[in-house]
Amino acid sequence: MYSFRYHKAGSTQEAQELHASSGEATYLAGGMTLIPTLKQRLANVDDVIDLAGIESLKGVMTSGTSIKVGGMARHNEVAADSTIEALVYLASGIGDPQVRNRGTLGGSIANNDPAADYPAAVLGLNGTVHTSDRTIPADEFFTGLFETALNDGEVVTAVEFPMPSRAAYVKFPNPASRYAVVGVMVSETNGNVRVAVTGAETCVFRVTAMEDALSADFSSGSISGISIDSSNFNSDIHASAEYRAHLVGVMAQRAVSQIS
Amino acid sequence: MVDVTFSVNGKEHALSVNDNALLSETLRENLNLTGTHIGCDTSQCGSCTVHLDGKAVKACTVLTAQAAGSEVTTIEGIGEPGSLHPMQEAFNEHHALQCGFCTPGMIMAAIGLVNASESLDGDAVRKGLDGNFCRCTGYHNIVKAVLSAQRNM
Amino acid sequence: MATETGIGASVRRTEDARFITGTGRYTDDINVPNQTYCVFVRSTHARATIKSIDTSGALSTPGVVAAFVGADLAKDEIGDLPCGWLVKSKDGSDMVAPPHPPIATERVNYVGEPYALVIGETVKAAKDGAEAIVAEFDMQNPVLDVASATQSEQIHESVPSNRSYDWELGDKAATDAAFENAAHVTSLDIVNNRLIPNAIEPRAALGSYDAASETYTLHTTSQNPHLERLVLAAFVNIAPEAKLHVISPDVGGGFGSKIFVYAEETAVIWASAKVGRPVKWTADRVESFLSDAHGRDHVTHAELALSEEGDFLGLRVKTTANMGAYLSTFASSVPTYLYGTLMAGQYKTPAIYVEVQAVFTNTAPVDAYRGAGRPEATYVVERLVETAARELNTDVADLRRRNFIRPEDFPYETPVALTYDTGNYAASLDKALDYADYAGFAARKAQSEAEGKKRGLGFSCYIEACGLAPSQVALSLGAGVGLFESAEVRVDVTGSVTVMTGAHSHGQGHETTFAQLVSDKLGIPFENVSVVHGDTRRSDYGLGTYGSRSIAVGGSAISTATDKIIAKATKIAAHMLETNEDKVSFDDGIFTIPDSNESLSFGEVAFSAYVPGNFPLDELEPGLSEKAFYDPANFTYPAGTHICEVEIDSETGTTSIVSFVAVDDFGNVINPMIVEGQVHGGLAQGIGQALLEHGIYDADGQLVSGSYMDYTMPRADDLPDFVVDTTSTPCTHNPLGVKGCGEAGAIGATAAVMNAITDALGIKELPMPATSETVWRAIQGG
Repeated sequence: MYSFRYHKAGSTQEAQELHASSGEATYLAGGMTLIPTLKQRLANVDDVIDLAGIESLKGVMTSGTSIKVGGMARHNEVAADSTIEALVYLASGIGDPQVRNRGTLGGSIANNDPAADYPAAVLGLNGTVHTSDRTIPADEFFTGLFETALNDGEVVTAVEFPMPSRAAYVKFPNPASRYAVVGVMVSETNGNVRVAVTGAETCVFRVTAMEDALSADFSSGSISGISIDSSNFNSDIHASAEYRAHLVGVMAQRAVSQIS
Repeated sequence: MVDVTFSVNGKEHALSVNDNALLSETLRENLNLTGTHIGCDTSQCGSCTVHLDGKAVKACTVLTAQAAGSEVTTIEGIGEPGSLHPMQEAFNEHHALQCGFCTPGMIMAAIGLVNASESLDGDAVRKGLDGNFCRCTGYHNIVKAVLSAQRNM
Repeated sequence: MATETGIGASVRRTEDARFITGTGRYTDDINVPNQTYCVFVRSTHARATIKSIDTSGALSTPGVVAAFVGADLAKDEIGDLPCGWLVKSKDGSDMVAPPHPPIATERVNYVGEPYALVIGETVKAAKDGAEAIVAEFDMQNPVLDVASATQSEQIHESVPSNRSYDWELGDKAATDAAFENAAHVTSLDIVNNRLIPNAIEPRAALGSYDAASETYTLHTTSQNPHLERLVLAAFVNIAPEAKLHVISPDVGGGFGSKIFVYAEETAVIWASAKVGRPVKWTADRVESFLSDAHGRDHVTHAELALSEEGDFLGLRVKTTANMGAYLSTFASSVPTYLYGTLMAGQYKTPAIYVEVQAVFTNTAPVDAYRGAGRPEATYVVERLVETAARELNTDVADLRRRNFIRPEDFPYETPVALTYDTGNYAASLDKALDYADYAGFAARKAQSEAEGKKRGLGFSCYIEACGLAPSQVALSLGAGVGLFESAEVRVDVTGSVTVMTGAHSHGQGHETTFAQLVSDKLGIPFENVSVVHGDTRRSDYGLGTYGSRSIAVGGSAISTATDKIIAKATKIAAHMLETNEDKVSFDDGIFTIPDSNESLSFGEVAFSAYVPGNFPLDELEPGLSEKAFYDPANFTYPAGTHICEVEIDSETGTTSIVSFVAVDDFGNVINPMIVEGQVHGGLAQGIGQALLEHGIYDADGQLVSGSYMDYTMPRADDLPDFVVDTTSTPCTHNPLGVKGCGEAGAIGATAAVMNAITDALGIKELPMPATSETVWRAIQGG
C-alpha cells in the first residue's frame, strides 16, 4: 500500500470538507473493494476518509411504503431486515459472511462494479439515491463502467426503495469471485414492472422488452422467447457474451417464476 | 501515524501505527499475534478472519485505524489447551484441520457463523464458510466439526 | 499393543494443539533481529530479451538496503537451478535442460520470472524500490500452445524445437499388433488442464548468515529441507552442506509445490551474506500464482484396443507435456516415470506403448502437483475404459471386472515396467458399488429427468505407484538422488522417546502417526513419544514428504530403527536379568524371561542404558539410540474405486456432485482418521480439477486466472459430503504393510467426475474443467 492520511469523519459535512481540501481523496465505506485495491497498489491517494463514524448514514428504516437503507448500512444488516424479501436475498448473497459484515450499500453503488449485486437492486426496485447534496433517481445514477452520477466528493447517504408488490432477485455467481456473472432483479411496484440486469454489461441495465412483456403477462413464459442482444456483453474466462445472454433469460424467468 | 486504542483479546492496547497499517499487520507485527494468517491479497481466503466487535471480518481488509475503539478477538483469545473453545475442541475431535494454516481463520469464521445463526444444517455450514478456503481437508470434517460445536456453544 | 493410541486407532492429532490455538510457527511468523525484507521484480513479459536494468532508482529510494540483478548472483558463481531427474529420449540421448539462472540474466521466459530483487528495511520500502527499477526489454512472441510448441519459435538457444525429450515406454511392435487384431478401438483426445497448487500458506524464506561460523541458516516453506540444502550446496554453490542449516518449520500445505528449489529462497540466502543482515521474503498470493510450479498440462491422444468379448488387448498413448519455461526440480520425471508406468491401471492389458514429448513454453514451470503424473495416467486409462464400455454397450463395472488383474495374479508384472505386489481390485469395486447404490441409479436418473435435469454416474478404478521410491530403480531410471528415508529413535534416560525423521509434515499428521507407531511397538505411553522433523541439523538426512511416501518409507525407517532399539534393549534386559538375550522376550513394554516371574519395564531398561553401573563394556555399549535408513524394495500400489454421481441443471449447465464414494486399499492403516482426512483433501483437489480449476494464459502469455477472483478454488459449498471407506491387502515388502494415502483422492477423483458428466450428457469428450458454460455448450450440441 502506498502511504496516505487516514481521517475519520464525524459528519457528512466534515467528510466533504476533508475531501475538498485533499489533492486526491477517497471515501472509505466498508472497504471491501477499496482496501484490496490499495493493498495491491492499484490506487494511490493522499487521503482516505472513513465514513463509519457518521451516525446519519447508518441503519435501515422502514415505513409502510418504503425502506430506506443508510449509505453505511452493512450488507448483513440489510439481510437481517425482512421488509423486501428480494433485497434480503440479494444482500445475503453478496460476497461471503465476512464481507457482508463490513461491506455497505453506499460503498457498493458508489463503486458501481459491473458485477456487483446492489446496482441491480437499486435499478430493479427503482430506488432513489439520497446523497449529501440531492436525490438521484435510479435510472440516472449508474452511468457506466465504475461510473455514477455522483460528483467528486458527494456522499451517498441512503437509498430509498419503494415497497414492491412483488420482487425477486436471481443470481448466477462467478464460481471464483462469487460476484454476479449475471444477476437479474425483477419487480412490480404500483403496476410498474422492472427488470434490471447486473454482471452482463459494463453497467447495470434494464431489459425493456422483458418489462413490456411482463407488464402484459406476468409469467415466465411471456419472456422465454425474448432474445437478448449480447453485442455489448462482457466476455471472460467464466462466461462468454453469448452464455451471459442466455443466462439473462434463464435468471429472469426464474425470478419471475418465484413471484408469479 | 495514527493513534489507535482498542481491545485485543480483552486487553487494552494504545498503539501508534501507520495510517495504512492493516489490522492483520498490526496483530502479527505489533502484538505478535501470529495466529492470524495471511493467505491472499484479494480478501478471499479468510485465513486472517478475526472478530471485530463480535463479528467475523477479514483482518487483511480492515485498516487498524478503522478498529479504533473496537473489541478485537483473535484465535489466541478464544481458548487455550485445557480450556478450549467448543469450536477448537470440535476441530480437533473431528480432524477438521491438516496443515493448520487456514485453521485460525476457519475457526473464527465458524464461531461467527454459529453465533449469527439460529441453527445450521450441513448445507448452511457449507454456504456459511464461503469466505474461507481450505486446501487440505476437502471441508468434509470441517462441516462435521462446526455442526458438532454448534451443539456445545 | 492394541490400545486407544496404538496402530489402527483414530488418535486425535497432537499437533492440533498449536494449530487450533494460533500458536503454530510458520516461516512468516519467524522474525530475527536486524532483518530486512526482500521484494522480487518480476517480468510482465512472457518472452523478452533484457536490454538493460537500471537499479539506481531503487538504491536511492528511502529505506532500500540493496538491489541486485541476475549478474550479481552470476558474479558470485551462484549456479543454475537444476532438474534432478535425467530422462533419456527414444534415441538414447539425454534430455535437454536449458540454463535456469535463479534471477534472469539475459532473457525472461515467463510472466512472473524474477529479474531483480530489492532489499529494504521494510516491505514497503522494498516495494517502493522495486517500482523505481527501470528495465528495458526487447519483446518477442511468446510460445504458449502446448500442442504446437515444437513447431514454434525456439525459446532457448540450447533447445531445438523447444523439446526437452521424446521418451517412450513399452513394446511398440506388440502394441501395434494388438491394435491390428482388435475388434474394437476406443480413442480419445484429452487435454489435462493446467492447475495451480495454491497451498494456503504462500511460499516464504528467511535467510541469515553468521560470518563468525560462516554458516547460513534458511527457514523456508519446504517439503524436504534436506533436499533443499543438498541443491543449494551442490548445485547452487551457496556453501557446503555442513555450513548450511535449513529449517522447515510448520508448513501450510504443499501438494508438491513446496518440493522444489526455487529462485526466491536461493536469492534470499545468497543475499543475506551479501548485505550482512537476515533477509526475509514472503510471497503475495499473486506471486504464488505466477511463480509456484504449476501442475498437469498435458495434451494426449489415447487408444484402447479390445477384443470382441471386451478383453483389453492394447493401449497406445501419445502425450505432449508442458514443462513451462524451464525444467523445475523434478519436472522431467512427472510425465514419464510417474505417468507412463501407470498405464496398465488395474488391468491385464498385455501390450502398452506410451510416447511422451516434453516441451517448453513461455509459462511458469510445471512440476509435480498432488498425484504427479498418476492423475494424468488414471485420467487417460479410466476415461478410455468408461468410453469403451459405453461404445460396446457393456456395463462399465463389468468391463472393468473382466479385465482386472486378479488376486491370484500377484506379483503382477505390467508391460510398463512395474511389478504390483498385491491388490484386490474387485473388493474395492464391490464395496463402492454398494455405497453408490448402483442398482438404484436408473430410478434416480428418471427422477432427475422428470425434473428437467440430467444425471450421470462415473467410475474411476485407479492405481498409483507411491512410497517413492526404491533407490536402485529410481537411480537406474535417471533420478539424481536416492529416495530412501532415515530415522533416529532416541530413548531418553527416563524412557520417553524422541523420534527424528527425514519426512516432513505439512498437514499429514506425522507427529501423531509416527508416535502411535513407536509407542505401539515399544509398549510405552503415546504421550511419551515426540516426533521431530523439518530441521537438517536435528535429523540425519531425509528426502522429505511427497509421493505418498511418509508412512511407507519414513514410517518403515522408524519401524526399523525401533526394532533396533528393541534388540539393544533386549540385550540390556538380559544383562540386568542375568540371562542370555535369547531367553528374554519383549511384549507390550515388558521384558520377561518366559515361565519365570522375572520382568523389567521398558523404562527400567532405558534407565539402566544410561546408568550402566555394571555393563560389560566390551560387549554392551551404554545408551539407547538407534538409526535406520530404509530403502524400499518396490513402490507401493494403493488402488481403489471412486464413483461419482452428478446432477446437471440443463438450463445453465451447472453440475452438482450429489454423491461421491471412494473405496481405497491402502494396506494396513496406522490412523484411520488421518487417512480418511487425506482422502477427503485429495478428492477435493481431484474434483476441483474436473469442475473448477484452470490455469489460463492469454495470447500474450499473461496469467488470466492469476488471483482468487478468477482461479476457482473449491469452497465448502462446491463439494459434497464424501463417502470414504477402505479395503486392505497389506503391502508385501515393507515392515508395516502400509501403502500411503496422500495422493489417492486426487488421482482417482477427476476421471470419476468427468465420466459422470459425460454419462449425464451422453457425450464422449468434454474439456476440463467442466464449467457451467462448457457443459451448457455441450448440451446445445457444441
